[in-house]
Amino acid sequence: MDAAVMDTDKHHEAIMTPAEPLIMKQGTPKIVTKDVTVHYGEKQAIFPLDISIPDRAVSSFIGPSGCGKSTFLRCINRMNDTIPICRVGGKITIDGSDIYDPDLDVVQLRARVGMVFQKPNPFPKSIMENVAYGPRIHGMAQSKTDIEEIVVNSLKRAGLFEEVKDRLDAPGTGLSGGQQQRLCIARAIAVNPDVILMDEPCSALDPIATARIEELIDELRENYCIVIVTHSMQQAARVSQLTAFFHLGTLVEVGDTEAIFTNPQERRTQDYIMGRFG
Amino acid sequence: MTTHIVSAFDEDLAKLRNLIAQMGGLAEDQFGKSIDALSTSDRVKAEHIIAADDKIDTLEKEVEENAIKLIAMRQPMAEDLRSIMVAIRISSDLERIGDLAKNIAKRTLAVNEPLPRSVNAGLNRMAELAMEQLADVLDAYASLDTQKANDVWHNDSRIDTLYNSVFRELLTYMMEDARTIGMCTHLLFGAKNIERIGDHTTNIAENIHYLVTGETLDAPRPKEDSTSLTPIEARAEK
Repeated sequence: MDAAVMDTDKHHEAIMTPAEPLIMKQGTPKIVTKDVTVHYGEKQAIFPLDISIPDRAVSSFIGPSGCGKSTFLRCINRMNDTIPICRVGGKITIDGSDIYDPDLDVVQLRARVGMVFQKPNPFPKSIMENVAYGPRIHGMAQSKTDIEEIVVNSLKRAGLFEEVKDRLDAPGTGLSGGQQQRLCIARAIAVNPDVILMDEPCSALDPIATARIEELIDELRENYCIVIVTHSMQQAARVSQLTAFFHLGTLVEVGDTEAIFTNPQERRTQDYIMGRFG
Repeated sequence: MTTHIVSAFDEDLAKLRNLIAQMGGLAEDQFGKSIDALSTSDRVKAEHIIAADDKIDTLEKEVEENAIKLIAMRQPMAEDLRSIMVAIRISSDLERIGDLAKNIAKRTLAVNEPLPRSVNAGLNRMAELAMEQLADVLDAYASLDTQKANDVWHNDSRIDTLYNSVFRELLTYMMEDARTIGMCTHLLFGAKNIERIGDHTTNIAENIHYLVTGETLDAPRPKEDSTSLTPIEARAEK
């Protein structure tokens, strides 16, 4: 026991990525970050952070409030660009290409990297229009039938179609919370992204709606790289294959979800997931 | 180990550990008494042991109920989760040790004559060693001492070695005098029970290692019990 404690303490301050997670052995990583830092004005929110995120899998970011997990997530589709005092350093690549390349079209990037937020935020438009909006502005469809096809497919993939097929013209805001969130997921996948970022997508939902979203996430991972920020460790354990634990702006530990929740290597991870005082 | 933010969680885990400690104490007591009863042919003591086994069984159920409740109510993770799984496993090993002690007590009732001195000495040596191992493993559990648990794990082979010699000795008795077959068979089972207690103790040691390190002890167990491979040949009639 003593030896184990000493060993953990020794690495306490180091960013620790012990063995390569098994999930990373399934193919080339989709997203790779190197020395990523984020400053809000003078305050540093993220300290040099390296992580590789697998394709066709769900990766979850966990950690206490203010640990930087959402800030880091928002770097992946350059959402932080919208905050004037926010500076992002280091390098983030998706499929090998630098997403902070000055020549890159951010609008195109955000079509490739969709995002779902904590609170469902459908447009105050019909269900149809909510999903049709993205493909239309990206010029993905010419005719009305093309658009309809995309809408129906997206709603089907989001597991919502059966519930709304008779009222596609009804306002999206009239749906239940869980349905609205699935509508937002349908809207995100309508533009054919590679990556879907989810920032606590279930925290405003009841357990049944949460279970449906989790089921959906599990289905979507066959085709997308999904990154989810969650405060529910049970949710991270249920839906993800890779888990990264953040604390005070650093990535403390990343590993296969199974390993993180049964036998984490870092004391801080252990204390956090077991609900102990660290 | 740090404490939980929800302190009731710590209390629940402490309760589980207490139950295991109680079971361990009872199992030790039952085992020690059963050996006394067998070597002194004390039938009254044997009856007491048989009647007292229920207590261990009841505690095992209590451990199980508490463990299930903890998993459902607290969603334990990492070492917390392992400690609960390990509590369930250890309680089942202790329950088996209780059963084996009871079985030794039953053999006392079946053996109606004093034990041959050297066999008695052999059984007592085995039992002493097994008692020591059990006490050590219970200590190791209480203090989460993997080193001690690993020592117990390695020492099991000493019980096996003694068992081999008791086994051979009993065989010799039976071959020499067929009238001792009844008694010797019971004693053979008694010795086997002690050897099994050693195995359950080794299980507990493995579980402590897993609880603390998160890794299973996957080296092959040091096994010295060769009795199942020993051919038994009838002596030619003279």
